[in-house]
Amino acid sequence: MSVIFGFFALLILVSACWVVTLRNLFRAALSLGLVLLGVAAVFILLEAEFLAFVQILVYVGAILTLVVFAIMLTAKLQPAPSIPAFRHQLPAAAASLGFFALLTSVTSSLPALAPAQELVTLASLGQQLVTTLVLPFEVISLIFVAAMVGAIVLAAPRATPPKR
Amino acid sequence: MPVHALLLLSNALFCLGVFGMLTRRNAIGLLLALELILNAAALNFVLYSRVFGAVHAQAFALFIIALAACEAVVGLAIILSLSRSAKTILADDVNLLKG
Repeated sequence: MSVIFGFFALLILVSACWVVTLRNLFRAALSLGLVLLGVAAVFILLEAEFLAFVQILVYVGAILTLVVFAIMLTAKLQPAPSIPAFRHQLPAAAASLGFFALLTSVTSSLPALAPAQELVTLASLGQQLVTTLVLPFEVISLIFVAAMVGAIVLAAPRATPPKR
Repeated sequence: MPVHALLLLSNALFCLGVFGMLTRRNAIGLLLALELILNAAALNFVLYSRVFGAVHAQAFALFIIALAACEAVVGLAIILSLSRSAKTILADDVNLLKG
């Protein structure tokens, strides 16, 4: 169990480093795919199979495809190799390392609880989504509609005003 | 179950995302780093849903994934219209709301 977990943790960390350091955006997007698959595997290890499937379906299937599309559509605008792709690397590394130390000092003091006996079943998740959590569920669907309409309005070419 | 190791993993993922947000100049690279941050949050939610046997935590992890999809759609639409009108995808070069 811990060996499998260590393997996926290493996979996630190494490919997350690639995501933020690779200059080629296409390769960074593919490494993001590796991170997402690793996180889905950790979800399965945590016995949240439904979320793992949603993660693969939505993230790897939809979001990553969209990102790859955007990278290819804007490939002509990629800056020349002489222009640096990163800025303020040392201060940013110091800041995020400090933030990591802060977060770790907080989380390491949390008690290591034993996992619960009863598992979260898909049936109970679905039941909660239409009873207690019905308001956030509906808000999410409203946000989906708004995002879809907004994306179409933003990305569609400007209509030229009719000539008189 | 390695609770502390998983917390450490999601902390590291979050901080790598923050590093990417601070250093990338390309707007698409910023979106990639943002996905790392959202995944770290979802990982924490799923971890504690396992620890406490809580259904709500898994539901909110689901909402995080849904919101990430919306954010990616709108962000990429903005980047596409930016590449069309401003001819750049570097986030530093964008200084007009309309133009």
